[in-house]
Amino acid sequence: MLDISVSYNRYKFLGHEFLTWLWFIIDNNQTKIKESAPISMKIGNRIVLENGRRDAVETIIIKGDDADLEEGILALKKGALVVELNLVCESGDQEWRFTIKGDNLNIVTLKPPYTEPMESKQDLEGSLLERAYLYNMIFEGIDALFNQFIKLRISSDWDQNGLLLIKKWIYS
Amino acid sequence: MGLLSSSVSIIRYKVEGNLKPPVLETIANSLKEYAIIEIDGDSSERTVGWTSYDDPFNPDFERSSFVIGNYLVFSLRIDKKAIASKIIKKHYSLEAAKRLAESGRQYLSRNEKKMIKDKVISILNLRIPATPNIYDLIWNYEESYLWFFSNLKSANEELETLFSKSFKCSLIRIFPYTLADLMMNFSDTERDILSNLSPADFTE
Repeated sequence: MLDISVSYNRYKFLGHEFLTWLWFIIDNNQTKIKESAPISMKIGNRIVLENGRRDAVETIIIKGDDADLEEGILALKKGALVVELNLVCESGDQEWRFTIKGDNLNIVTLKPPYTEPMESKQDLEGSLLERAYLYNMIFEGIDALFNQFIKLRISSDWDQNGLLLIKKWIYS
Repeated sequence: MGLLSSSVSIIRYKVEGNLKPPVLETIANSLKEYAIIEIDGDSSERTVGWTSYDDPFNPDFERSSFVIGNYLVFSLRIDKKAIASKIIKKHYSLEAAKRLAESGRQYLSRNEKKMIKDKVISILNLRIPATPNIYDLIWNYEESYLWFFSNLKSANEELETLFSKSFKCSLIRIFPYTLADLMMNFSDTERDILSNLSPADFTE
């Protein structure tokens, strides 16, 4: 395997492409999400895009609960990619909110579904296991989606069933 | 942000390496060996070590209290003493003036100034308590992954160093390339294609 710091920087673009693909999938193909995890996924209250096609990196931040995402699409048209995405996932009556970073796929400010507060130390084990289960659901979902993306990305299908469809969505 | 907080940030790692059986005993011994050492009343400025999740100020790894279901749950503790620069300056000035008066000289050499400053910091460190910072982690030994509940760069670096020292296993941070390379069961051909990928152009 490549040196960790070299691979981190050299393949950072994969995370940005993944989040851009994920936005496209959320908008166009919820079935793909259901195939990966028993959750539904929608865009939350923040998208950060970055355009590094010029000498200086341009950052575009769209935030707000009902923000107009047109600005984001416009940024994609100019060559920007998604570098940070706030997501809302639902399964039954449970809801997770979190932000995923493209550079490293770190999950930050994850708010898991409500769980009963601990009343005594005896509840600790149950509370920890419940939380671990809830965190794991998100990681399994993200990993399964990343798996779909990366398999498509390295396949000969990418140009037709990946890149072309995303371009159609951006320019529609 | 602890692992039961209402909002958490999680950094994922893959754990590489195997522990000597019996694994739980090996882990408990390493946790005890590298457990946090209190530095209050000591001249040390900072200390890093493992602590119990449920009792971070009184770590106890004697019983297998860190085993919860399939998970190993414990915490990294980093204690630091922060002395305001103005306090150091005040005590340094007093000490330097005393030294000058005692020696009858008008100036101190650079070496003497450094020695006075080190002594002042050391004395102040004896007097102030360390501020503890606690970062929780969940380790799934069977599936070789670890979740660390902080995205602070310095805390993650301390974790990687202490983990490797304690358990002789390395932590590989999960990011797009490592997730694809280590966790997607790719064939050699697929790995080659992955290594040769370059950014796609999404514009027309």
